[in-house]
Amino acid sequence: MSDLIRIENLKVYYPVRSGFFNRVTDNIKAVDDVSFSIKAGQTYGLVGESGSGKTTIGKSLVGLEDPTSGTILFDGEEATTIKQKKKLNYNKDVQMVFQDSQSSLNPRRSIGEIIAEPLKSFGVPNAIGAGAGDKRSFDQDDIDKRVLELLEIVGLPARTVTQYPFQFSGGQRQRIGVARALATNPRLIVADEPVSALDLSVQAQVLNFMKKIQRDFGISFLFISHDLGVVKYMTDNIAIMHNGRFVELGTTADIFDDPRHIYTKRLLSAIPSLDVSKRDANRAYRKRVEAEFAENQAAYYEQDGLRARAYDLKQITPTHSAALKKGEA
Amino acid sequence: MAEKLLDAQDVSVEFKIAGEYQKALHKVNLSINHGEVLALVGESGSGKSTFAMSVMGLHNPDQTKVTGSIKLNGNELIGLTERQFDQYRGVSVGMIFQDPLSSLNPLMKIGDQIAEAMTVHDKHTQQVSNRVLGLLDDVGIVDAKRVAQQYPHALSGGMRQRVMIAIALANEPDLIIADEPTTALDVTIQAQILDLIKEIQQKKNAGILLITHDLGVVAEMADTVAVMYAGQIVEKAGVEELFNHPKHPYTRSLLRADPSDVKPGETLYAIPGTVPALKDMDHNKDLFLQRVPWLDESVVNANVKDELQQVGDHHYVRGTAWQNFEFNDVTEGENQV
Ligand SMILES: Nc1ncnc2c1ncn2[C@@H]1O[C@H](COP(=O)(O)OP(=O)(O)OP(=O)(O)O)[C@@H](O)[C@H]1O
Ligand SMILES: Nc1ncnc2c1ncn2[C@@H]1O[C@H](COP(=O)(O)OP(=O)(O)OP(=O)(O)O)[C@@H](O)[C@H]1O
Ligand SMILES: [Mg+2]
Ligand SMILES: [Mg+2]
Repeated sequence: MSDLIRIENLKVYYPVRSGFFNRVTDNIKAVDDVSFSIKAGQTYGLVGESGSGKTTIGKSLVGLEDPTSGTILFDGEEATTIKQKKKLNYNKDVQMVFQDSQSSLNPRRSIGEIIAEPLKSFGVPNAIGAGAGDKRSFDQDDIDKRVLELLEIVGLPARTVTQYPFQFSGGQRQRIGVARALATNPRLIVADEPVSALDLSVQAQVLNFMKKIQRDFGISFLFISHDLGVVKYMTDNIAIMHNGRFVELGTTADIFDDPRHIYTKRLLSAIPSLDVSKRDANRAYRKRVEAEFAENQAAYYEQDGLRARAYDLKQITPTHSAALKKGEA
Repeated sequence: MAEKLLDAQDVSVEFKIAGEYQKALHKVNLSINHGEVLALVGESGSGKSTFAMSVMGLHNPDQTKVTGSIKLNGNELIGLTERQFDQYRGVSVGMIFQDPLSSLNPLMKIGDQIAEAMTVHDKHTQQVSNRVLGLLDDVGIVDAKRVAQQYPHALSGGMRQRVMIAIALANEPDLIIADEPTTALDVTIQAQILDLIKEIQQKKNAGILLITHDLGVVAEMADTVAVMYAGQIVEKAGVEELFNHPKHPYTRSLLRADPSDVKPGETLYAIPGTVPALKDMDHNKDLFLQRVPWLDESVVNANVKDELQQVGDHHYVRGTAWQNFEFNDVTEGENQV
């Protein structure tokens, strides 16, 4: 299977300005030299510390952020910069579901208008699914019809089409974001916490739907989530991020069954359990792993200003690598 | 018995939608004692945030009707003016909002926003700025000094959420309302924040209204759980009882949709159908039963009392349909995507 998208040595730095002249005095290395690729029809999970750079990777993949350096290859063509992406009509193929549903929906537009927007720019594909190449219509009737079909898929009643974002609950707004991202039949969706605002049943509906369009049309996902149960169910491969770096990368089984980096171990130990009777035991175990992390942290990271920077990844098996400590093989 | 911290009786809320008032909350009864963590869970759109906003007095009075009674330490909140609410809001009640970006002021530095929330007269003292940095530190923000100087847009989703939490906890309130407080956080920081909320709660014997979809968080934090569907409470019980012996068909269906133990090749359980639109809700019925296609119409359409029935020690359920409820997997399969 070939790579749908390939990210090589991606760096995204944000300038920090300070002082009287508001000069750039430093950089925040939001994404610090990461490489990975997603195959057609696969789901790649991105998990990690809050503030570690996951959304920033997502934004540079969809073209909301120009990388500081590195390359992005989509279907073999270079699509690193926003300019290169525009030329490829790239956003027909790559869409994003945003983490912050409220602020990503224009408050002055009705739900119908919001979902129609990408259909107006890229046309209505003849069937809902994934992938390019099909005929697209710019007919208003087709747009209206598709908007209603998309609403139905995400489980919102047709009559909500004239309502405005503030009239929806958090979870309902998240579903509007999913409907908008699906509209153009993209081949890759960057899904940034797509289900974190949803109850378990609606979450199940959305996840089942994502798996279905993947099965039927070979769509790929970059799936960003803090919910490790959901990540385990959804993904083929996972990268674990900490402070702008990948600390571990492998198949979903590699990560869950044989975690090698101390940060990965710490994450896995903190998953809350549904078993109320184990509440105290779980807390004690989590505290133990946290202490272990604090004790061993120095060996796994080098100091970079205020931040701990993980070492480069070392290959453990053909599918599994981790930023092991110095001297560890 | 000591006075309840929060005592909400028959709280109903109607929103004006397209010129017509439509009911989003119907006669909700909920109370929280000092030191108690009450988790409110339920369908997306069932009215959880609507309830929280009523306690905080944050509904737009021109577009919303709030009726019933909400007492905080014995003082009635419904009907208070904006000015009167200000003596509670952010002082004895702190709220962590579901949508952190839209509840922070985009034009104000993070540090100033936290200082603003504090109930002190002079916000420019060294003491205040130390307290701001201390709060940021408490919520696990590493370089507090830098972050205090930044504007909300420059923070990640989880960092914004932690700033919100720092603001809500700034005055060590009696009641903490936390609407999805940790959804944007990784599990290690989530654990840290939950520990922090617990710590502050125990220190002040505060009560917590915890709204969340994450049942793992409920299992870790809650003493009591209330389950909401279509604007009504359908079940209420102690946390262990609720997870081990759920009764109402909605509660059981919700727990069944948990993906933790499902293999990647299998389809997740999803409840068939969708919630009715607000204007189609007849709150004299058990509205969830419309989502159970194999039930007899006579059961679905039966009138049900508003009051919950006691079915065990501190365990209450709405209606009687739960007594004969069983899953019927053949019918369900057809309704899944
Ligand atoms: N516009 C910006 N200006 C300056 N710094 C930024 C900007 N956007 C993000 N950052 C910084 O880049 C880092 C990574 O942020 P990002 O949003 O990618 O994190 P994340 O992994 O998605 O976190 P979360 O899980 O909390 O959403 C953070 O330190 C953040 O403060
Ligand atoms: N300002 C408003 N105007 C009109 N309808 C509203 C308004 N706010 C909420 N609603 C509607 O009221 C119902 C309850 O919304 P609420 O936000 O309380 O749900 P929720 O239980 O918090 O859901 P979620 O879990 O998705 O956050 C929903 O049908 C929603 O669309
Ligand atoms: Mg993010
Ligand atoms: Mg809500």
